Amino acid sequence: MSFLSYLISGISLGSIYAIIALGYTMVYGIARMLNFAHGDIIMVGGFAIFTVVSTLGMAPLLGIITAAAVCTLLGVTIEFVAYRPLRGASSLAVLITAIGVSYLLQNLALLIFGSNARQFTSVVTMPGLKLAGGRLSISGETIVTILVCIVIMMSLTAFINKTRIGQAMLAVSEDRGAAALMGINVNRTIAITFAIGSALAAIAGALLCSTYPSLTPYTGSMPGIKAFVAAVFGGIGSIPGALLGGIILGVVENLSKAYISSQLSDAIVFSLLIVILLVRPTGILGKKINEKV
Amino acid sequence: MKGKKNKILIQNGITYAMVILFWVVIQILSAAGHVSSLMKGLLVPLCIYAILAVSLNLTVGILGELSLGHAGFMCVGAFTGAFFTRCMEVSIPSVGVRFFLALAAGSAVAGVFGILIGIPVLRLKGDYLAIVTLAFGEIIKNLINVMFIGRDSRGFHFSIKDSLSLGLEEGGEVIVKGAQGITGTPRAATFTIGVLLLLLTLIIVLNLINSRTGRAIMAIRDNRIAAESIGINITKYKLMAFSISAALAGMAGVLYAHSLATLAATSANFGYNKSIMILVFVVLGGLGNIRGSVIAAIVLTALPELLRGLNDYRMLIYAIVLIVMMLFNSSPKAIEIRTVFMEKIRRKKSESAAKEA
Amino acid sequence: MAMLETKNLGISFGGLKAVDNFNMTIEKGELYGLIGPNGAGKTTVFNLLTGVYKPDLGTIHLDGRNITGKKTIEINQDGIARTFQNIRLFKELTVLDNVKAGLHNHHPYSTAEGIFRLPKYYKVEREMNDRAMELLKVFDLDGEWEYKASNLPYGKQRKLEIARALATDPKLLLLDEPAAGMNPNETAELMETIRFVREEFDMTILLIEHDMKLVSGICEKLTVLNFGQVLTQGETSEVLNDRRVITAYLGE
Repeated sequence: MSFLSYLISGISLGSIYAIIALGYTMVYGIARMLNFAHGDIIMVGGFAIFTVVSTLGMAPLLGIITAAAVCTLLGVTIEFVAYRPLRGASSLAVLITAIGVSYLLQNLALLIFGSNARQFTSVVTMPGLKLAGGRLSISGETIVTILVCIVIMMSLTAFINKTRIGQAMLAVSEDRGAAALMGINVNRTIAITFAIGSALAAIAGALLCSTYPSLTPYTGSMPGIKAFVAAVFGGIGSIPGALLGGIILGVVENLSKAYISSQLSDAIVFSLLIVILLVRPTGILGKKINEKV
Repeated sequence: MKGKKNKILIQNGITYAMVILFWVVIQILSAAGHVSSLMKGLLVPLCIYAILAVSLNLTVGILGELSLGHAGFMCVGAFTGAFFTRCMEVSIPSVGVRFFLALAAGSAVAGVFGILIGIPVLRLKGDYLAIVTLAFGEIIKNLINVMFIGRDSRGFHFSIKDSLSLGLEEGGEVIVKGAQGITGTPRAATFTIGVLLLLLTLIIVLNLINSRTGRAIMAIRDNRIAAESIGINITKYKLMAFSISAALAGMAGVLYAHSLATLAATSANFGYNKSIMILVFVVLGGLGNIRGSVIAAIVLTALPELLRGLNDYRMLIYAIVLIVMMLFNSSPKAIEIRTVFMEKIRRKKSESAAKEA
Repeated sequence: MAMLETKNLGISFGGLKAVDNFNMTIEKGELYGLIGPNGAGKTTVFNLLTGVYKPDLGTIHLDGRNITGKKTIEINQDGIARTFQNIRLFKELTVLDNVKAGLHNHHPYSTAEGIFRLPKYYKVEREMNDRAMELLKVFDLDGEWEYKASNLPYGKQRKLEIARALATDPKLLLLDEPAAGMNPNETAELMETIRFVREEFDMTILLIEHDMKLVSGICEKLTVLNFGQVLTQGETSEVLNDRRVITAYLGE
């Protein structure tokens, strides 16, 4: 039974990784850049909810909506101020800038909220389930997280395949130049991608902080990095890949915490990444991209 | 032709002279009693960060690959060096000789790790490389945190659980104590040794850059496909740059280990934030600009410590400067504006020169 | 013995035959042109010859030696050097260092000799400098040796690329659209340079070019590629008067 419960909480953690990984994978697929600050947007979302719910005492739903709005705005602003001017610059320059943005967000939060951990009140009100005569209990957070992840995956897939904007995103990710020639507004498409990714980060923040209710300015950075690992793992640019990578990562992390060593779980997750990249440099579901000569 | 050689010689000479001058000034101030205890405590770290920044610049600025795992190599070097020093207490009683050998051992092991990590990692490109090197740094840190090594008359014992499961006999000694790390390393690192090692690092890196190997490395950075087309072995030279960079970081690690009473693999010491901090030095000093790395490392380490009031804003300022620098240096529009501006100045100059003539 | 001989060379990308059944023989000392409409597979042929792509089918022989499937750097060491359609210089290096990078394999000394500045370092560097300046002089670039490569005007960048390729001491030089982006004066000058290189270095040259004036002016033989297949090949004057060639270029 304990194995089952570790497995389920691993899937739940993996669902959070998957939602974050979606943000990475979409931005990477479309803007060809690693948005290192994506993890810190989760943290901003967490603090937005914390402020609305715990400090102002308003409803959790309002908190989530506020967080989504704040994060979307933040994501689009970051893209406009820091990343757009660097379009066409080397990927090294873009990545270093993204690291700068990540630092900026962390340290702004540090100045505003301080370094002490805040107790985060869960936004999930659903009660947990007790199965198998009480031997297996699943928390409400776990159930909601998994459900939310499924809903997001399905709606995002539908969005990309069915809407004009979604099709534009696909076109830009295939070939930016050609997409521009076909009359697609590349800058706007990239901005929309950042908006969606950041809104998802806010939701991920709500779920992450509800499951692990301690909030600091560094809350987002490790989950962010692991979610990127998940995205690479599943094949960057691929939505099912993000889901697959996220779930595998969450399960591996939780099981190794339970059965091997809690101190080594990160090392195991990261080693897995290195092994995958050795065997399949483009991830499990990734496409191979050749440089044109 | 002669002109170029001399120019490089002069440039490198200025860098060496700057470091030596820094050492002389500190010696004079210290003899006159003008160096505060706070500043004294900073002298060895200044050298350590300068070495780390210069060595990372070799990977990021010269080879053009972003590594976020530099602290990992430093960690490998630090633990190898400290372990060596602790183990050889009896066989090599002289602290100085032991320290010297520990420096060699730490650099060598870190260099070997550089090759081992580099072989799989350098096949990847850009962002992948960054994330994998970051992963590597975290793996190293985590592994050392669960590592227990003890020694008794039967030899070495190894465990990843706790010191009890080492099964040491009476009189045995635990040398590496997991998260508590290694204690009792003699604090042999002095400012003078630090400056000498920094000079050594500079000689190695600057001479490397201005040699056939350095040219090959920079050719790969500027255009991999063209480098291949003229017969340059990409893997070989990437690995060479990466492992030399790692070995130098390892050397800085040994220096670090010998400046502390207790060496532990905490996030503050060797986490990826440390790697990023070193990267900040490199970027602020200028990618590929070795002297810039030294200056940035020294100024950015010393300033916030000396101006205590600024400390809260230190990381924030780093972040903003990092972003602004990148936008200013790499944004296509900024480059265009700068080129036009420079062109105007040049034209004005030639016009006024023409007028004068 | 032919300098270059390809037999049944073929490669496909995702089911599309980019180059198919490609046969071409170039004799030593020839100035040979590879022409065809856009997308005909000309650059793909260059990439096959230089090992950037491995052929699915067929063989490549250079000066009697089978180089099929070898790596790019091995093929360069065997004697093929090239330039690129979109210029690929080492932008941050000086003009001189670009050429010295090309001399890499011919003037070796070890990394340690470089770091510790042993006597061999000074000796070999001096040889490299002399040789590189000789090459730069051929292309009238010796005055600009100290410039950053990216600061050269376009036409000179193309020339520097040729100089760098020649530094590797090839038997066969591949030029991918050397006159692209040049004005008629520059093109005329380039034609002179290519002829000069052939005489001076006793070189065999294969070039891709769209500028028909250049092609008819300096190439002795041509192969016309269309949809990845050889449309026709032979003496330049005959090929250019071939009806099928005109049709391929202008359409029906």
